[in-house]
Amino acid sequence: MRPHGLPQGFLDAFRPVMPMLGPTGPGGAGKVEEEEPGIVIAGAGHAGGSAAAFLRQYGWKGPIILIGEEALLPYQRPPLSKAWLKREATADNLALRPERFYTQHRIATRLGTRVTAIDRAARRLALSDGTTLPYSRLILATGASPRRLGLPGEALSGVLALRTAADADALAGVLGPGRRLAIIGGGYIGLEVAASARALGASAVVIEREPRVLARVAGHALSGFLEARHRAEGVELLLEAAVETIEGEAGAAAAVRLVDGRRIPCDAVLVGIGAVPNDALAAACGLEAGGGITVDLAARTSDPLIHAIGDCTRRPLPLYGREARLESVPNAIEQAKQAAADICGRPPPVPEVPWFWSDQYDLRLQIAGLAFDPAEAVVRGEPESGSFAVFHLAADHRVLAVEAVNAPADFMAGRILVSKQRQVAPQLLHDAALPLKDLAI
Amino acid sequence: MPQVTYIEHNGTEHRIELEAGKSVMQGAIDNGIPGIDADCGGECACATCHVYVDEAWLAKCGTAGEQEASMLSFAATAEPNSRLSCQIAMSPELDGLVVRMPEAQH
Repeated sequence: MRPHGLPQGFLDAFRPVMPMLGPTGPGGAGKVEEEEPGIVIAGAGHAGGSAAAFLRQYGWKGPIILIGEEALLPYQRPPLSKAWLKREATADNLALRPERFYTQHRIATRLGTRVTAIDRAARRLALSDGTTLPYSRLILATGASPRRLGLPGEALSGVLALRTAADADALAGVLGPGRRLAIIGGGYIGLEVAASARALGASAVVIEREPRVLARVAGHALSGFLEARHRAEGVELLLEAAVETIEGEAGAAAAVRLVDGRRIPCDAVLVGIGAVPNDALAAACGLEAGGGITVDLAARTSDPLIHAIGDCTRRPLPLYGREARLESVPNAIEQAKQAAADICGRPPPVPEVPWFWSDQYDLRLQIAGLAFDPAEAVVRGEPESGSFAVFHLAADHRVLAVEAVNAPADFMAGRILVSKQRQVAPQLLHDAALPLKDLAI
Repeated sequence: MPQVTYIEHNGTEHRIELEAGKSVMQGAIDNGIPGIDADCGGECACATCHVYVDEAWLAKCGTAGEQEASMLSFAATAEPNSRLSCQIAMSPELDGLVVRMPEAQH
């Protein structure tokens, strides 16, 4: 690990009420060591912001310092592809909590700042502003970054990703009547943005490498249903379409060239091909990491003083007997609770079924569970009606996951069936006339 | 400004001011009141902001919409006075509202 090379007793820039003391200033180096180091949360997204709030709820009285790379207090990312893009939400709506929450609860924030290195032996962080900061406990909530294409033309202007509010503003600037957006990747981000683009009068073409949209995260029935709906809304879907390059004119993206030679003219390109966990900081200081920072069910890393939460982690999934990375708000909140409970010596929170949601047009998708190695998919309700659910079962009929479209009751029932690892005969799930309540509760 | 009292499962009371138009869920989140999780941020998608509305205020809070009622019908601890607090918008008529939280939201 890289040594920081800062003199002992270096006074970090935080603690604005303290006069700036040099290493040899009044009080000497020992003075600084007496300062109570706090819990430092590296990352001010949904996970980091929630961890700060739960620590206070669970009774942590000491200092909490929330460090965020963006200049914004923690905010909701899900609306960025939807309400925010359509300008139906304000910054106020987007904020997770108002500014006064942080002052009232004595949560210090250092925004526009990134942790650049962790000195575990000295329990001290190096920050992007050149200062260092001691910690008594560290919570890594560094999130994930949009996966890059790695193809020529990616650096052209007008080639966008969507992760932050700034990204969303840039994207909103290129959407509007008469504009054409090429979306590389038919995942949730791509599909949600396609729907928003249509609502804003722009045209959208989704370019997906796999034979279906949501290939990585949804079953065939849901993919097919969504493909039909997006096409009906005027979205062009190009499946099994591999991108070769993004072509520019005068430095700006003008078209996407496919491997098969097709050229898709456009005014801007959104790259939505997944996210990679920001685990390099953890790996660089020797924490166990690989495709996410390895954590246990208390969000502990391999260092007892360091927890990790949210998109940057790779976590156990007891219901499925494996580990995975879960990129979702519910997971960020669950792990924030796990870390805060562990630090405050409280019993661990009740384990939750992973779940996700998405809004596209008038469709509310709610998904509970993860369909690892499904043996059977059972459709309940009529997809043509716009309201249905797909239950994914293991070979022993254990309910692994449910995908519900405008079917909140089926989602709730499915969530319970998954959590109880209930085995259900497929015909009982298929028959929409049979209420699921008796099966679930 | 209208006031809301939140009562935790353990009996701890929190009285806050909440501007009209904001949801009862948001009031809890903005003030760090324990017992309301609000995973989905107020989209009526998760049923983790479940509260019991004090009987005296039940009628003034209106009735649950179809989606909300569906979600609530599967909440293990639902009662006739259960609501999702993201779906209750504060108004001058609700000044003094009292809600109680279940033991857990999951």
